Amino acid sequence: MFFFENRQVVTPGDLLAEGDYIAGNNTYKEGSRIYASRLGLVEYGEKVVQVVALNTFYIPSVGDQVIGKIEDVNINGWVVNINSPYQATLRASEALNKPFRQQKDDLTRFLDVGDLIFAKIISFDRTIDPVLTIKEPGLGKITQGQIVKVSPAKIPRIIGRKASMINMLKNETECKITVGQNGIILISGPSPEHERLAIMAIEKIAQEAHTSGLTDRITEMIRKEKGAKK
Amino acid sequence: MSGKIRLINENGLRVDGRRPNELRPIKMEVGVLSNADGSAYIEQGKNKILAAVYGPREVHPRHLALPDRSLLRCRYHMAPFSVEERKSPAPSRREIELSKVIKEALEPAIFLEKFPRTSIDIFIEVLQADGGTRCAGTTVAALALADAGIPMRDLVVACAAGKVDGVLVLDLNDIEDKEGEADVPVAYMPNLGLISLLQMDGSLTIEEFNQSLNLAMEGCKQIYKFQKEALRSRYVTIKEEVEECLR
Repeated sequence: MFFFENRQVVTPGDLLAEGDYIAGNNTYKEGSRIYASRLGLVEYGEKVVQVVALNTFYIPSVGDQVIGKIEDVNINGWVVNINSPYQATLRASEALNKPFRQQKDDLTRFLDVGDLIFAKIISFDRTIDPVLTIKEPGLGKITQGQIVKVSPAKIPRIIGRKASMINMLKNETECKITVGQNGIILISGPSPEHERLAIMAIEKIAQEAHTSGLTDRITEMIRKEKGAKK
Repeated sequence: MSGKIRLINENGLRVDGRRPNELRPIKMEVGVLSNADGSAYIEQGKNKILAAVYGPREVHPRHLALPDRSLLRCRYHMAPFSVEERKSPAPSRREIELSKVIKEALEPAIFLEKFPRTSIDIFIEVLQADGGTRCAGTTVAALALADAGIPMRDLVVACAAGKVDGVLVLDLNDIEDKEGEADVPVAYMPNLGLISLLQMDGSLTIEEFNQSLNLAMEGCKQIYKFQKEALRSRYVTIKEEVEECLR
């Protein structure tokens, strides 16, 4: 049994459903009752009841690709800020292509404080802070482009169903867009104009994340902007 | 000196013209501070209180971190200008106690165990005080927590009831609190039906105490409606901004 209509605003503690359902994101289950645990919009699926949150923070999860900033350099690795309550570490062995020799290698030559990296989380749980790697293709130090920060809650919307939104953005703005699950997005395009357009589109998506028909509206907006420029 | 001031007049109305079971006018707003992760503001009668929430974030100093759950810290503070006679800005004995009491009232509502080794910091700033600030502070802090996107079992809402001139009244103001016979602040989680704060100051019979408790819980349920409305309107304002952009 459902107690709200689909896509209605719910607040923490609201009783969403009772019966044989699965508690999805931002909900919790007590007996057969499902309650909301965050402010957001309720979504009733076939089996799953979930809440699309209005505001969240990033909690690391193994396999996520994130954009982080080097905060500190240690003897055998780096401390990375990944826009999360937990500070990540990047070991030298996960960054260098050759064996790491503590006496000889100067880590600041590879990555220094303030550098940005695109990395993957290889381990994280309740007891240990996240550990990163940049040893896979596509990962590594970020050398060019612009950074946009959005709430991590909006990331699924920016990617879209089956990556529809992000592919549209890439095609329309001709920019390379790298989305970090932690809410940080890297945009690098052929010109600052192209990048500006992509940033504008992403900020608009983040602002209107909870409206429908967004992909089409954003496409229209980008085309209009592009037309005005020519 | 009770007896000198008449707190209930011949028509059964209170000093500010309220009926015994009537709340003060309430105004709430969510998301008022842009530097905090979550924030809220409440006006309850003459009370004006701001709350800001930061976190979950890294714990400083590091050694305070808990291995199994998030560390909840709360600072209740009254501005020097919040009361008639200037209050020293240093935390008083009373403020330290209220910080602890409010923290403990909010703790059961938050999924602290989801974020081990982090801290959640709540700052409650009383800009103007007129009695019942611990309750209003708890109510507004719960809103700020929800605004920060911190997972919660339920909202927490608080309200006081008490006895003034022999009459049981709801939501005491400063004079009623000081000159009255008793004060019972209650913090309540309305969906779960659980009480997370219950204090009593003064003297009541067991019968009067039970009635006060029920009265305070009724008050909580009324304030809860304002709380929900404040959170919903946060969403509505975002939606309106969007529609404005579309035009």
